Order: sequence, then C-alpha cells, then structure tokens
Amino acid sequence: MRFLVSLLLIALFSFIAGMYLPWWSLAIVAFLVGLLVPQSVGRSFLAGFLGIFLLWGVLAFLIDWKNEHLLSQKVAQLFKLGDASFLLILITAFIGALVGGLAAMSGALLRRTRR
Amino acid sequence: MRILSAIFVILLTAALVFALDTKWGSIPPLGKFLSPQQGFWQNAEPSDEDYNASLKFSNLKGKGTVYIDERLVPHIFAEQEEDAYFMQGYLHAKFRLWQMEFQTLFGSGRLSEKLGNDPRIIKNDRQMRREGMVFAAENATKEMERDPASKAYYDAYTAGVNAYITSLSEAELPIEYKLLDYKPEAWSNFKVALFLKVMSKDLAGYERDLEFTNAKSVFSLSDMEQLYPQVSDSSMPIVPKGTAFAAPGIIPVKPASADSLYFGNDTTLNVIETVKPERTNGSNNWAVSGSRTASGAPLLANDPHLTLSLPSIWYEMQITTPTMNVYGATFPGSPSVIIGFNDHIAFGFTNAMRDVKDYYAIRFKDASKKEYWYNGGWTPTRLKIEEVKIKGTPTLFDTVAYTVFGPVMYDESFTNDVTGTKAIAVRWMAHEPSNEGAMWFKLDRAKNYNDYLAAIKGFVCPGQNMLFASKSGDIAVWQQARFPARWQGQGSFIMPGEDSSYAWQGFIPEEENPHVLNPAEGFIQSANQRPVDASYPYFIPGNYVVPRGVTIHQQLSAMPRATPQMMMALQNNYYNSQAADAVPLLLKYLETDTYPAYAKELEDWDFRATPESRAATIYQAWIDSLEALIWNDEFSRIGKPQVRPDEETLLELLLRDSASRFIDNITTPVVETLGEQVTKAFQSAAADLAIEEQNNGLVWWKHKEPAINHLLREALLPFGRQGIKAGGMGNTPNAITKTHGPSWRMIVHLTATTEAYGIYPGGQSGNPGSRFYQNFIDDWTVGKYYKLWLMKASEATDKRVLGTMTFSNS
Repeated sequence: MRFLVSLLLIALFSFIAGMYLPWWSLAIVAFLVGLLVPQSVGRSFLAGFLGIFLLWGVLAFLIDWKNEHLLSQKVAQLFKLGDASFLLILITAFIGALVGGLAAMSGALLRRTRR
Repeated sequence: MRILSAIFVILLTAALVFALDTKWGSIPPLGKFLSPQQGFWQNAEPSDEDYNASLKFSNLKGKGTVYIDERLVPHIFAEQEEDAYFMQGYLHAKFRLWQMEFQTLFGSGRLSEKLGNDPRIIKNDRQMRREGMVFAAENATKEMERDPASKAYYDAYTAGVNAYITSLSEAELPIEYKLLDYKPEAWSNFKVALFLKVMSKDLAGYERDLEFTNAKSVFSLSDMEQLYPQVSDSSMPIVPKGTAFAAPGIIPVKPASADSLYFGNDTTLNVIETVKPERTNGSNNWAVSGSRTASGAPLLANDPHLTLSLPSIWYEMQITTPTMNVYGATFPGSPSVIIGFNDHIAFGFTNAMRDVKDYYAIRFKDASKKEYWYNGGWTPTRLKIEEVKIKGTPTLFDTVAYTVFGPVMYDESFTNDVTGTKAIAVRWMAHEPSNEGAMWFKLDRAKNYNDYLAAIKGFVCPGQNMLFASKSGDIAVWQQARFPARWQGQGSFIMPGEDSSYAWQGFIPEEENPHVLNPAEGFIQSANQRPVDASYPYFIPGNYVVPRGVTIHQQLSAMPRATPQMMMALQNNYYNSQAADAVPLLLKYLETDTYPAYAKELEDWDFRATPESRAATIYQAWIDSLEALIWNDEFSRIGKPQVRPDEETLLELLLRDSASRFIDNITTPVVETLGEQVTKAFQSAAADLAIEEQNNGLVWWKHKEPAINHLLREALLPFGRQGIKAGGMGNTPNAITKTHGPSWRMIVHLTATTEAYGIYPGGQSGNPGSRFYQNFIDDWTVGKYYKLWLMKASEATDKRVLGTMTFSNS
C-alpha cells in the first residue's frame, strides 16, 4: 500500500512540477517522497523508478500516438534506432525512471540515517 | 556507514542529473531532451493541432485577424499597415524561428558559437566576417533606418518576431534549439539586414576572379576569351537581339599601366573560398502579353532555383491592409511578400548573374596591418577586431584591415599562400549602404508600370531581372541593381591596389540598365543568360547560363494562345536544348562498336531528362568523361582555386571547331583527334555505366540522387528528404539537380479575378514534428500546383479555414 501510494505521489507531483519547473524537478519530488514515506530502500527505489517510468512512458506514448509517430521516427533515426518509435518511448521512460529511482532511494537512505 | 551510503547515492543522483542536463559532443542533454513535458516530445504536434488563438500585444495600433488555411497558409487582415508587418514577423517566428536565426548566425560568422569547435565551421565564420558581411549589414541597417516610413515597417516586423520569442516557453522551443542546446536571441532590424545580405551573397557573391587569375598564368588572353566567353553564339538574351542601345552615359578609362601590370601579370594565388555560393543559383521567369494568351489577359511565371532545404527558404502568405492586398512567397527573416501578386500586378525575379565583386592586391607596410601603400604613400587602415566565439573553447580574435576598397579578405593570417605583407582586399557591391527592403514595401502596393518603376528605383544589390505584368495589359522587365561601369577586362582578375587608377570609376546610369517593355514578340523571358547582345555598350562580365533561355524562348514562340496549363508544362519541362546539339556531334565522332546498346539509346533519345530516363544518365556520364579528357591535361598545370570552362562552352567550342587545339592531350607525344577523345570518353563512361546499371538500372533520378536536406545537412539527415524521384538537369527549364532546383513555382493569370497557382518543395511549418513540415514535396516532384487563394475578409467562415488568430492591443 505504501509502495503504491509513494509511486502515485511521485508520478502525480512530478507531472505537476514538470508543468512549471525544469525536467529535473522530478528528482526533488521523488527524493521528498522517499524521505517522507517510510519504506525499505529497495522499495523506495522501485517506487521512484516505476512512478517516473509510467509517467514519462505514458506521456510520450500519448504524444506519439496523437502525432502519428511523425517526429519519433525521425528522432529514432537520428539516434540510430532505426525508425522504432516504441524503442524511443522505452528509452525516454527508462532515463526518467533511473533519475526517479535514484532520487527516491536517496531520500530513503537519508531517512534511515536519522533513526 | 549509513551516512556514507546516503551521501554516495545522493551524489550519484546529482551527478546523473547533471550529466543528463549537459550536452556531450553531438548528444543533446538527454534528460532535458527526452522529457515528455519539455523535451522534443513537445515538438510532436498532434495531427489535429489547434491553430486558434486570441493574442494581445500593447505595441499594436489596431486590430488584426489571421486566417490559417488548410495548407497552413496564413491570410493576414490588418487595419493598420504597421500591424500587418508585426503580424508577419510573429507568424514567421511562430513557424520558422530557428531557420531565421540560423541564417543570420551564418551570415554574421557566428556558427561556431552555437555549433562548437569544428575547424571547417570556424573557417566559414572567419570568411564571412573577412568578406565584410557584418560590415555590409551595418551599412544597410543605417540606410534602412534613415527612411522613417521604412523604419516604421521594419520596427513593426522586428517587434512581431520578438513578441513571439518573448512568449516562448522552454517546451515550445523549436527542436533544433533543443538538439543543439541554445536559446534564441532577441531579433532586430540589423538581423533583417543580415538576412538580406545572406541572399546578396548567395546571388551576387559569385565570381571567378581568383580562378581566372590562376588560369591566366597558363592561358593567353585570347585563350581565356575562348574558354570563358562572355557572349554566346546561341544565347537568347532578355532584351531581344538587335534592340538599339543609347550611347553610354559614362565611359570608363583603362589605366595606362593595364597591359603590363594587370593583363600581363602572371602571378598566381592559392586561396580557397570556403563559403562559395552555388554556381547554379539561377531561375526562370517569363511574362506573356494578352495578345498571345487564350484569355487575352497577361500571364506571369517565375521559378527561382536555389539550394533546396528544409525548412524551406520560402513561406507562403497573404497580407491585406487598407493599402495593399498581396499574396505570394515571403522570406522568413524579412518583411513583405517577395515574389507574388496583388489585385493589379504580378512580379517575379531571376538572378542577373552579373559580377559585382572584385579583388585588389594590397601591400601592408608591416605585419601590424596598420598601413598600406596607396597613391604614393602609406595610408592608415581601419582595423576591426572580430571576436569569433567558439562553444566550449576560448574566443578566437581575428584582425581584419579595412582599405579604401573594402575589407582585406586574405592575408597572412587567413590562407596558406599569401605571405609577408601581401594581402587581397575585396570590393563588393553588397557593401554599399542600401535599403533593398524598401522596394518590396512599394512593389507589394504597386498598381501599374509607373508604380513598379518607382519601386525598383534605387535597388542596389543583388542584381535581379525584375519581371512585371499588370491587369492593365503591360509586361516588362528591368535588370535592376547598381552595376559598376567597367573598362574592357576590368575586374576579371585580381587588380593592382596600390593606387586609385584601378578603382571603379562610376556606375552604369540606372536608365541604361537592360530593360524591355511590351516587346513586339509579345513575351519576355529571362533565365540567367547575358541580358543583352554584344551591342550593349558596357563590359558586363557575369556567370551567365545559356540553354534554359533558349528552350523557353523556343517554347514561348510556338505558343500563340498560351494558358496557365501551358505555363505549368513549361516550368516542368525536361528538354535539354544543349543535349539536342551535343548528342548528334558525339555520335558522329564515335568510332567504336563496343557498348552499342548505350549508343543506340542516345540515338533514340528525345532529349528529355525525365525521372526514369536512362539516356540522360548515359549522356551525362559521357559528357563528364569527355570534359575530364579535354581539360585534365591543361588544368593540371593550374593552381587552385580553378574553374573549368562550362559544359556549354566546351560543346560550342567543339561544334565550331572540331580540330580545336584543346582537344589534344598535351601530356602525350601524339596529337589526339576529336574522334579519339569522344570514343575514349564513351568507352570509359560505358564501362562505369555497366557497373552502375546493376545497382540502379541507370534510372536518371537514381543516378542523380536528388535530396532536400535539413539546413544542418548530414548532421540531421532524417529531418530531410532523400531519394526524390525528380528528373531535370541544370540546363533544362525544370532545373532540378542533386541539391538544387525550383524553390517556388508560381503562375499568375491576370484576369479580372486573379487566377494563380504555386507550390514549393517543403511545407509551411518549420517543425519536423508537424504534418505540415514537408507535405508539398510529393506534389512538387510530380509537377502539381495548388490554386492560390486570395482570400476576402468575407470568407472567414469558409471551410478551408483551419484556425483563426486575432491580434489586438487590449
């Protein structure tokens, strides 16, 4: 339950922060959630990772779908990924997720030091 | 321990964020770039993008509305003249901001500042500055702002561009900024001037003076006249042959020392111009008088040939104000409609191709470049220190000396050959203070021939064949610009710069510029040929092209009742008049039976370079191979830069004299005949063709590989289009080559209600993530046109309107 709550909190507040703040605001959100919601370090990482993976993945997927893959195919070619839009969405989600996971884990580790 | 692991992971996270927020080599900052809320995904426009908007800007004087139609062409309706230019600036920025700014960065030698440390780009930047591009734009800005009416329009345009830039969020930045990781600067009138100077460089920056200087060290002057002829036997000039010219108003005097110090001087020079304009920047335009059209109303057609790129150089637009209702192609980066029509007239341009750029040999007193020898004394230079900023490395400072002629382009610090105190200064018409934009402010509003004349008066550079047709029935063309009055041979080679005797002595009076009004033939054509026959009383060197004009003249002569459809067919014509002359000659001298199939295909060819043509491929391979055989021997003795005689010059030479001494390979003891060389060329070309045939079947478009690349070319290959199935050659009216071609095709039928057609190879949006980015290319390739909609304000509810943007000040 705590896992799901922190995952959703990270996704939701990262989305809101992303509307006004630079992309790395997601790291601050994930860090704070990791710090404030008591969980094991591993679960915190996973909550941050999956929260951002879902957020970035779903957003990119929706944009790509409405765009009929026009731009993602070109950018995929630019990065030598063939014209695999889907791969680009996965990479997008993974890069964001990595930052989200590590930031949440940082929060959890910091909380642990204060016990 | 726990603290240590916490600190470690926190630092790791921070390092990751930093790494993903930083550009590494050509890889953009990945976190920023991939973020769906800020990165490139935000440039992926939904296919049903909403173009409605209600905008408020305090600098507007009244109200305006823009209707965006289904091809994304904006139709501007403004109550106030200035507001129309504000709205134009806003729209240019909204749809084309990155290219506008990139072109001005290119023009001012600032690409390294954004693209980083690349020796080739740094050399480009230095050359642009040393050629005086910034100097030219500064001179132009002063002149543009001196005239209050012009200034008000430029100011409004600039304010419109800036209104958009200011409103931009990080997420809305064009994708190129995200890839290269920089942000747009504020726009200015100076940047408009820079943009126009980039066009001047492209169109009036080509000359072969350095190449000719090197060639002259090996060839005699009479050889030079044969190899680089100014007047062609077969050309169809713009001013019909036999037209009488008035006595010249100015007679320039050849300096007494010219034969020894200038024509007789055989020194050579090894400098390479890195940003040399396309040789083939050309165009077609023609106008047909009502007496020769089916409807009785005049027709005007224009297709400017430029390097094709995405985003396109052109952006289509209608502008309606109380004093004008104009439609056509605009330049993102400049106000006004550049090629188009209004309710009364139509206008179009081709390049004049005249040489208006000369070089002078300068002698500095010492390495400080502070003084140079001029008119018998040491004269101070003006030193300008150019700061070439380079992303990621320290700024490079480059000192450029300005002389009475202009900036010193080549000296010890720039080239590997000019040494010691020797230097080369450049005198270029584009440096003259001028306000070219003023012409379009007037032309867009012109109602008749006199208005057109008043508009084009005072236009300085680049020289253009300015074509005109009106509903009142006039057709006309002026080759307009300020051209130096030269003595015979002046400026063909580097000139002595130690005194004023080799300076330009004056300019050809404007009224003596070549022009035609309502000719007896009933039509006017221009296609980059020499504008006049040999009887014109001035020496007017240029980079002229013959064959397209010949084909167009022939075709128009055979059209007593022209229609817009015939004009379309002519713009898309693949006939190569030069091949028609050359092929019989080549076949006549062919002395072999090897590869009979290739020879037979040429024999059966109709001389049309269609996309699927095999004969076009065989012809071009044969000609290329023949050119190499004829010229390699002579030109191996000449230093670089060098330029070979044109294909058309070689063919004229061979047609005239099949025993020309240039045919012989001077490196062999025997004397080769034309037959031997033609045969040898054929055999070597045919052997290559046999191999190529297995890959592409010798299909012309596959051989030619036409492409419309992004402005950043290879760096952003997927943002361009390759493998375009287009026919044509540089010398067919439809002059599509590998990277170059008709950048805007327009046909205007000046009937009571104007009937107009147009298309360009691109799309209205500069965003690679928009479905309007390159949606015209396929139709352009097959020669289709769009009917141009000169919208009326009453048509606001027409189903073609995709979105409505309102502009007001409150």
